Formats: sequence, C-alpha cells, structure tokens
Amino acid sequence: MLADKDRIFTNIYGYQDWGLPGALKRGSWDGTKTIIDAGRDWIIDQMKASGLRGRGGAGFPTGLKWSFMPKQSDGRPHYLVVNADESEPGTCKDREILRHDPHHLVEGCLIAGFAMGAHAAYIYVRGEFILERERLQAAVDQAYEARLIGKDNVHGWDFDIVVHHGAGAYICGEETALIESLEGKKGQPRLKPPFPANVGLYGCPTTVNNVESIAVAPTILRRGPAWFSGIGRANNVGTKLFGISGHVNTPCIVEEAMSIPFKELIEKHGGGVRGGWDNLLAIIPGGASCPVIPAADCEELIMDFDGCRAVKSSFGTAGVLVMDKQTDIIRAIARISYFFRHESCGQCTPCREGTGWMWRVMDRMAEGRAQKREIDLLLQVTTQIEGHTICALGDAAAWPVQGLIRHFRPEIEKRIDQYSANPHSDPVPVAAE
Amino acid sequence: MSVRRLAPKELQPESFAFTAENLAWAEKTIAKYPAGRQASAVIPLLMRAQEQAEGWVSEPAMRYVGEMLGMPPIRVYEIATFYTQFQLLPVGKKAHIQVCGTTPCMLKGAGDLMKVCKKKIHPEPFHLNESGTLSWEEVECAGACVNAPMVQVVDEVFEDLTPEILEGIIDAFARGEKPAVGPQNGRKSSEPVTGLRVLTSPELYDGSMVGKGAGLAAAREAIAAREAAAAQPKPAEPAAAAAPSAPPKSDPAPAKPPAAEAVKAAGNADSEKPSKPVAPPPAGEKGN
Repeated sequence: MLADKDRIFTNIYGYQDWGLPGALKRGSWDGTKTIIDAGRDWIIDQMKASGLRGRGGAGFPTGLKWSFMPKQSDGRPHYLVVNADESEPGTCKDREILRHDPHHLVEGCLIAGFAMGAHAAYIYVRGEFILERERLQAAVDQAYEARLIGKDNVHGWDFDIVVHHGAGAYICGEETALIESLEGKKGQPRLKPPFPANVGLYGCPTTVNNVESIAVAPTILRRGPAWFSGIGRANNVGTKLFGISGHVNTPCIVEEAMSIPFKELIEKHGGGVRGGWDNLLAIIPGGASCPVIPAADCEELIMDFDGCRAVKSSFGTAGVLVMDKQTDIIRAIARISYFFRHESCGQCTPCREGTGWMWRVMDRMAEGRAQKREIDLLLQVTTQIEGHTICALGDAAAWPVQGLIRHFRPEIEKRIDQYSANPHSDPVPVAAE
Repeated sequence: MSVRRLAPKELQPESFAFTAENLAWAEKTIAKYPAGRQASAVIPLLMRAQEQAEGWVSEPAMRYVGEMLGMPPIRVYEIATFYTQFQLLPVGKKAHIQVCGTTPCMLKGAGDLMKVCKKKIHPEPFHLNESGTLSWEEVECAGACVNAPMVQVVDEVFEDLTPEILEGIIDAFARGEKPAVGPQNGRKSSEPVTGLRVLTSPELYDGSMVGKGAGLAAAREAIAAREAAAAQPKPAEPAAAAAPSAPPKSDPAPAKPPAAEAVKAAGNADSEKPSKPVAPPPAGEKGN
C-alpha cells in the first residue's frame, strides 16, 4: 500500500481546511517561485522525466503535450484549458480535488501555464458541480488575494484563472468540444488537424489537460521526477486517484500507487466484493467507455494502462465499477448504451443514429426479446460506428457492447432462450426516432 | 442525442429581465472573457436566468441573454436545447429532483429511488405534482459514483440514499424545509463508510512536509547552473549576439551593402586617382 507521505492529495476527503492556510501547511505553493525561476524548458524536461501520463483517460504523456505548444508566440496569446467536465459514469475523482484540495489545481495551473507560455487558464467545470465550482472559485480568489496569481504576482509571471462551467453535456469532456463550448457554442467536436496546440480556444494555441494531470504537477516538480517514476511499474508510473463504486462493501475514492493489483485495491480499500471475492461477476475498470472485464481476468489484473490493455479493456480514469453475481449484466451495459445515446452530440451520423440503434437492440436483448443472429449483427454495427466519427464518443459507445458480447454471449443467448420459451404476444414494432 | 423543444407559447412568459443584482453579476462575468468573446458567457448567463426564473429557461430569457451578448436568438436557442441542464419547461418550484440513473447508481438502487419519485411526485418525469411544487427527472451520471445512489436538487446533492431516506427528503422539500445535504449514511464525503484507512499520519498536517523535496533542490541547481553559464563566457556572448543581430535590424542592414560599395568605389577611385595624375595622360586619350 502506498505510504501516506507519498500521497499527493492529502485532503481528498475534506477532513482538513481546504483553504489557503491549510493548503500551505500541507505543502502547496511551497517553492513555486523556484520552480518557475528554473525555466520553461526545465519544467517540461522534469515532467517528461517523471513519466506522468494524462489522467483524463487517454494516458498521453503530459510533459510531451506541454512541449507541443509553440516556443515563441506569434502574437496570439497561449491558453491553458483545464478539463473539469468529469461526466463519465464511474468517474468521480476530480470532484474531490475541486472541492477538497483546490489549491493543488490552482498552483498547477500557474506552473503549467508558465511552462506553455500562457498567461490565462480557463477551468471548465461540469455544470452539475455547483458547490465544487464555488469552492474552486473561492480558492482562486484566495490565490489572487495572496498575490500568488494575477497581475504582478509574487511569482513574476502574470497569470489569470477563469472558472467557467458547462451545463450537462458529457461530450464537452472531449477537448475540442470543450473549446467550442467555452466559446459559447454547442459542444460539437472539431475535426483535427489543426490541433488545439496550434488552433485552439479563440483560434489561439491551447493545451487541454485533465484536472488530475495539472493538480499533480506541482508536487511532482517539488519532489522530483525520480520520486514519481519510482512508484508503479515502467510506463505506468506514479500515484493515481482510484474510484471504487458498485458492489463493494465500502465504496470510496483513494489515492494509490499505479500498477496496484486489482484484488489488493478492492480488498484493502473497497472492503471486498459484496458477498465475497467469489461473488464477483465482472468489472468496468475505468469509466463506462471501457469494455467489461470478467471475474476470471480480475484475479491477476494489474490496475494500470498496460494491465488493462492486456485484458482487452482500458484503464481510463481508474473509476472502477464492480459488479457482483446478482447483477443483470446485459441490463447494466444497456444502461450504458442509453447513456451514450443520450450524450451523442448528433454531429456524425454513425454515432447519432448508431448509439440509438445499439440502445434499442440492447434494450430488447436485456429482455431476451431478440434473435440470436442479432448478436452478430449488433457486433458488426459496433465496428461500423467505431473509428468512423470525428471524436471518440462513437468508439466509447461501441466498446462496452463489444466487451459484453465478447465475454457474456452465452448469457445473452440464455436470456433469448428464456424469453422464447415463454409465450408472448407479438411485440409492437417500434420505429426509429 | 436527445430531442428537446422550447415550451409551448402558452407557457412562455411575456418578458424576462435580470434583477439588478444579477445584472451586475452578468456584467462582471462577461468581463472575464477577452474583448469580442462575450459569447463565452452564454452558459453562465443562461444558468443564472434559469435560477432567477424558478428553475427553467423561457424563450424571452434566451432572447434577453442573446441581446446582452450580441448573439442572434437562434444561437442561444441552440445552446439551451443542446445542454440538458437547461430546463425548457416549468419545474417544481420547491424542488426538481434529479435522480442519477446511470449504471453505477442503477446497480446501487436508483430504480427504487425513481419508484419513490413516481409514487410521491408524479408517475411521469417532468410533470408537476398535484400541488404544482415538485417534479422529478432521471439524469445521466451526476458524478458521485462512489456515493451512489444519489439525487441532486439544484446545487444540493443527497448521496448514499435509500428509498426511505429519499421519501423523507421529498417530504421535507414539500414542507418547504431544507433537508441536510451530503452523504446520508454517516460518512463525510468519499471515504470508506467504516472510517479512514489512509491519510492518518499526523505529519501530513503539521507543516513538516513543507520545504522538503528533491525537485526543489534540483530546480535551485538548474538556476545556479544557468546563472553560472550566463556569467562565464561573457566575452563570447556579445560577439555571438552581435553577429546575428545585425541582419534583422532593418536600418543598418540595408545601409551596409551601399556603404561597403561606397568604400569599394572610394578605394577604386583612390587607386585610380593617383594613377591618373601619376601617369602622364596622353592628351589625345582624354579628348576621346
């Protein structure tokens, strides 16, 4: 288990003062001026050396991302945009940073902004997080008051932070949709290229980072990349906020070492699977878009990017959803299909039509009111959505269904048999929307 | 995607305007964004309009916000219909209960919570109860999965619910009270309900973590090394800096080649000049 002294978010449960005095005592804003004085290239080199991979789900190396920003401004301002539009089912880690440890994020914004030549940061908080947004704004105000940020601050780098918010659209977690939304438009993703590092917010060079990626940066720089990269295994280093939800005895958020065995995570922090380890049916390891992992693969599962990929799933945001044997797995995945149908922005036809189509078929399959040949048809349609849309929402909608068919096809077939074994009146045909 | 339409005409109010307090807030909010980018404030302003109008956005409110931001009405309608947090129909004035129904909450009993809502408020979502004060809907993930199941009422979040507790909460709202927010099972936030398993070391909170860090030492070394490098090869630096700095400077750069030519010409002239008087000029040549 990770030692307490190696934890970055020491107030993640809100037992201590979230404000500036408490944050200072816990080590925030310690030596920030020294870090900034060491220079932009030094910071980026350290971040690269730390091996930090983005915490928003895709796992792109953070230092490398920062280095994509133009070295010299061509007259356009640079922007840092922080993605706090945390909306993926199973993921609720950033909420705890925003409401209980906001100064990590505020300090991270300044350092990251400096490293990419930005004088302004926009933090896009999801609309539902109202108290979290107010807490973050209060922390930003404290930082302005103490002249830690703002014009002529003590760090010698003029820096403004604007706390912005959305209004309940999951798609705004996609970086270009987030930029569109921030510009006051519908959150529909942009085609790339041009990438945001060249043409982003207001047409200016922009980097979009997840809350956790930015919030861990100050501590990494303070303690050194060797400390961070010494935790976890190669290519998957550092500490990570894990969310454990679903059928465990004590659901919680916990900061743990990357590459922690799944079993250890659940037994130590989740209090064990409800009804015991043998009652485990399957998990979704990192938010709803990650394919389901059956219990057999959970035995030896290592919770990191490579570990989850080895079992054909994805580490995502490390929001683990545990399902025990009392779960109706088909219904659970059908609900995820409904979620993606609801959240598709409607821009690309394969996603707009496909997510609704998949949900309608999944809904029937959860009942058993389907033909067995439709399973293969469904699988085929998922592959026609996947990779054929502007953003990854189409992929994200397809993967859970693919995962279900891959691991639980007999379950679906059993459900269909049960349904057809009982007399039913002919179903009323339902037209597509 | 969800298809959402504006409320029918008969439900729309005549007009909408911000209160003085909200107007001042709106002006401050617009000023946060760069000049000419005031459209960025559309979501915050619409949200404030929704709060002011008892929980929903009317068509006049959208037009009002559009005029304020210099946006055509259709652009604001787009925003209001795209983002599902905007309610396009009147909702319960005392409470509009949003039950998270996505998989993590569903597995923990969100279905039972919705049964409570159906029983106590209305069998259908988005419908007002008999007294017209309460309504409910199922929302997509509200981002409190480790505290499932949960409901949200504007900015108040009720987590770790059971159907019985939700009944009590709905009754309290119906009476016009403010029920206690947060987890309903005794925990403070997202820690295990059985108590803290981590973050129990006192040295995390007594200030002894401050001032330590190999990274800071490395940063100081980097600064020192840079300063030393800047101090040492001083003679080399001006020379190196002067050479490339000459061409970009527009004034001396074009001046130089003509100057050099002038010198060259002068040199030639000089070499010619003495040659001319030295060599006795044949008279005939000069005349040619």
